[in-house]
Amino acid sequence: MAIRSLASRRTLAGLKETSSRLLGLRSIQTFTLPDLPYDYSALEPAISGEIMQIHHQKHHQAYVTNYNNALEQLDQAVNKGDASTVVKLQSAIKFNGGGHVNHSIFWKNLAPVKEGGGEPPKGALGGAIDTHFGSLEGLVKKMSAEGAALQGSGWVWLGLDKELKTLVVDTTANQDPLVTKGGSLVPLVGIDVWEHAYYLQYKNVRPEYLKNVWKVINWKYASEVYEKECK
Amino acid sequence: MAASAAVTANYVLKPPPYPLDALEPHMSKQTLEFHWGKHHRAYVDNLKKQVLGSELEGKPLEHIIQNTYNNGDLLPPFNNAAQAWNHEFFWESMKPGGGGKPSGELLALLERDFTSYEKFYDEFNAAAATQFGAGWAWLAYADNKLKVVKTPNAVNPLVLGSFPLLTIDVWEHAYYLDFQQNRRPDYIKTFMNNLVSWEAVSSRLEAAKAASS
Repeated sequence: MAIRSLASRRTLAGLKETSSRLLGLRSIQTFTLPDLPYDYSALEPAISGEIMQIHHQKHHQAYVTNYNNALEQLDQAVNKGDASTVVKLQSAIKFNGGGHVNHSIFWKNLAPVKEGGGEPPKGALGGAIDTHFGSLEGLVKKMSAEGAALQGSGWVWLGLDKELKTLVVDTTANQDPLVTKGGSLVPLVGIDVWEHAYYLQYKNVRPEYLKNVWKVINWKYASEVYEKECK
Repeated sequence: MAASAAVTANYVLKPPPYPLDALEPHMSKQTLEFHWGKHHRAYVDNLKKQVLGSELEGKPLEHIIQNTYNNGDLLPPFNNAAQAWNHEFFWESMKPGGGGKPSGELLALLERDFTSYEKFYDEFNAAAATQFGAGWAWLAYADNKLKVVKTPNAVNPLVLGSFPLLTIDVWEHAYYLDFQQNRRPDYIKTFMNNLVSWEAVSSRLEAAKAASS
């Protein structure tokens, strides 16, 4: 017991890697829940600390766990040449992998007010938003409307079409990442409209959540992504 | 309160066949107040607005559902119509002091088509647990057989050619207040053990058999 507690995660990972190599098996890259760059309660009152904690520790963690399980099963099926199982696993991979991808972006899309959450985008992204949507208010209105109208579970996105060099607003169902709507789409801002994202605080009134979430949107991060993709 | 297989609704927000607190502690009054009082009500109200002045206005709910499903390429009224139907069907699928194993003919049929009640339980449980995102799990009847079906969002077995007999709502709003921390599996277990109205299922099955003969 004592020895195990002394061994670092890296050492154990190294041992697993070595034993996999000895058995001639490729080891797969698995994923861990990313830490939030702020406290759970730091986005209040727009999003409650209770929601942030459950959303991160239960929902996102479940996607990570289930994604890793699906990847392990996929790895085995690929190694065995079991095509049916490989195909059967695709929906679990899309759902859980998508959940991990989307939520990882979402945590960066949010910031406490005192760290710039809600501050309008300046620079290139600010200009592009005015060009494509008339104003930030115009964009917010469009995204909020599409988010409110989404039936069931999904996301509403502001994306950059890298090829056409335009900004787009689009929605995806369930945990489909934005790229499933177009290979050249890069997500800039995603807003989770699954009920778990707002229910404990806003109950059935999704439009109220959508009105308030803009107060903690991290436009600095969206700008960084935009400028990097536009180079 | 006899539950019929055909839920005609006709754009009325029918109350559940029991007081809103009658399913406690398994499903709270607060959940019923929001789920029935806000969510279900909104589907009914929005449907009324949506079909006003159109050729669908005044048509029975099932008619609207069948005519707007459009092979999965849903027309706008589908969601509200199907969700209005689904929720009325859901309230009537439950009763205070419900759940557990049925008896008589229903048990015999479950044993015939699933091998045992336990196998049915596992299959229904799995369907409800693995419906990604929002949706429903069903016990349905088609071609003289019982089967478990899961559907996304507002879709129900009516548009898939089978008779619904029992349903559980697995949209997050159905369990998020009572089974906090994302505990959908506990909600499903509670529904199966404490809430299912086998009387409703039996009378729906009779109606389904009569309609098929």
